[in-house]
Amino acid sequence: MALTLLPAADAATSVGTPALNIGIFAAFVVVTLVIVIRVASGKKTAEQYYTAAGAFNGRQNGIAIAGDYLSAASFLGIAGAIALQGYDGFLYSIGFLVAWLVALLLVAELLRNTGRFTMADVLSYRLKQRPVRIATAISVIAVSFFYLLAQMAGAGGLVSLLLGVSGEAAQNLVIAIVGIIMIAYVLIGGMKGTTWVQIIKAVLLITGTFVMTVWVLGKYGFNLSGLFQAAADNSPKAGEKLFEPGLKYGKNMTTKIDFISLSMALVLGTAGLPHVLQRFYTVPTSKQARKSVEWAIWLIGGFYLLTLVVGYGAAALVGPTAINAAPGKANSAAPLLAYELGGSVLLGLISGVAFATILAVVAGLTITTSATFAHDLYKEVFKRGQTTQEQEVRVARIAAVVIGAVAILGGIFAKNQNIAFLVALAFAVAASANLPTILYSLFWKGFNTRGALFSIYGGLVSSIVLIVFSPVVSGKAPVAPATVSASMITDPTVDFHWFPLDNPGLVSIPLAFFLGWLGSVTSKEHNAAKYAEMEVRALTGHGVAEAIDH
Amino acid sequence: MSNDARTQQEDAYLALQSTDEFQALRKKFRGYVFPMTGFFLVWYFVYVLLSIFATDFMGTKIAGSNITVGLIFGLGQFVTTFAITFMYSRWATREFDPAADALGAKLDGVKEH
Repeated sequence: MALTLLPAADAATSVGTPALNIGIFAAFVVVTLVIVIRVASGKKTAEQYYTAAGAFNGRQNGIAIAGDYLSAASFLGIAGAIALQGYDGFLYSIGFLVAWLVALLLVAELLRNTGRFTMADVLSYRLKQRPVRIATAISVIAVSFFYLLAQMAGAGGLVSLLLGVSGEAAQNLVIAIVGIIMIAYVLIGGMKGTTWVQIIKAVLLITGTFVMTVWVLGKYGFNLSGLFQAAADNSPKAGEKLFEPGLKYGKNMTTKIDFISLSMALVLGTAGLPHVLQRFYTVPTSKQARKSVEWAIWLIGGFYLLTLVVGYGAAALVGPTAINAAPGKANSAAPLLAYELGGSVLLGLISGVAFATILAVVAGLTITTSATFAHDLYKEVFKRGQTTQEQEVRVARIAAVVIGAVAILGGIFAKNQNIAFLVALAFAVAASANLPTILYSLFWKGFNTRGALFSIYGGLVSSIVLIVFSPVVSGKAPVAPATVSASMITDPTVDFHWFPLDNPGLVSIPLAFFLGWLGSVTSKEHNAAKYAEMEVRALTGHGVAEAIDH
Repeated sequence: MSNDARTQQEDAYLALQSTDEFQALRKKFRGYVFPMTGFFLVWYFVYVLLSIFATDFMGTKIAGSNITVGLIFGLGQFVTTFAITFMYSRWATREFDPAADALGAKLDGVKEH
């Protein structure tokens, strides 16, 4: 997402009362931990840990999906992008919403009917178990790792503004604390506890944003056009260009094609994000999975409409000069607006919610990734299915701790990086490596193991290689007044990029679809019985109950 | 489970898959979700292309306000997304679920384990 996180250069620019911000965040942590401990009682089976044994209903799960999806990057990043780039920020949010129709129409219900714990359950259903599970696990881990890193880096970048912590060591400490609390949620609560954290967070986030929206609109007599005018008047550089597309993506042909590439990754990536897919297993039936997506679409769509007002409101009431001067730059637009409207108290609430957001999203990612380690790699591949539930859950917990540690270290390492490319990369890899295989295996009779391996590895490798040799990693010209390169590698003399676009989707997504087809038609493997079983179960929902109370 | 049970189960799935009722159900599902997917993808990419290649058109102000054609098109994406969600859900509950449940029930006679 369009986030630019800079290292905290100036401690004096923090706003509000840090003690109050910390207090509200601490209160959230205490309340949610108590809830997690309360709901976590009972037996710890693999079902409980990975999917809360499908015990949630569609509405609860839909709210939790919104909580999972509306990450700090959505809330702070999109509001900031709209404040600074106007229409182009709004354009960004639309891809994130429309993407849910892929999940609703093509993926959620069929996936719920044919899988049980992980994405690999579905992909390996009628193919050769071991190679497909290994490939899927690698792709799941890659996508989740980039997503996780982005969230943790976001946590570090926000600290300077929200908590008034600006030293290198203090920021690292905050990242470590966020990581440790997250591990506690996952270990104590499993999927059930994590889901409740996401539900609470979603309600707080949407309520807080709703209050800010009404407040902003109230200041302009509920006249949207008046708000826009005020935003343009307060943006000397952009002016009325805020109302039309082009500020960010319209610079030249490369940025235009880049946006097409990004749009493809956004719209096709969501239904391939492992932590989103995992959520469909927390409900008992495909009908509830459908209901989950319906709720998620209403909430996420409604939320993005609110961000439109919050973003223009930040431009009108805070202004781009103040936003760019703040430590978190675009990320600080929403918190600064909160301070402008409601002083320290509202800023404290919004900051608390922003941290809660990071915590909840990171916990969801950790559950999914640990499930992949324990269920796909340890149980199905390493132990060839011969293991007890206790062993499997124990491995999952160890994996969660390791993933938490990696997230903390990664967050510390990446905290000064532009996190936009990490999230975009996660979506691009998900759209390239995961989605083609999911769609082929649900809808195409002729799909087989070679097709799956070609598509997963082809999508994964091509998207990552293209990113490495893109301008995001090296070779971007410095943006005045900075003298360092705007790429990840800030030394302007290092330049090994040859792929012109920031986003790989335009090439890697069609390539992965093509490789999936090519692999399948060159291999004779076809398991008619398994295909019949999968198709019948996918459409009729037969055998789902059996999968739950095994 | 024994191999016999496995085979019996698989035969049941194969048998059901080849029935006219199942093929009709499959056609019903694909006949709804594929065109719908095609529609929203085309409409989304038309919108994206307009936003980057027809900026003047998208920046046209409507009736002297600061509301632009682009904003209306963008809000239109929200409207169609909500509408498709609503329509699909109603179709699935009324048309698809009863047919799918009826077919699934046919399999319940087959021993599971």
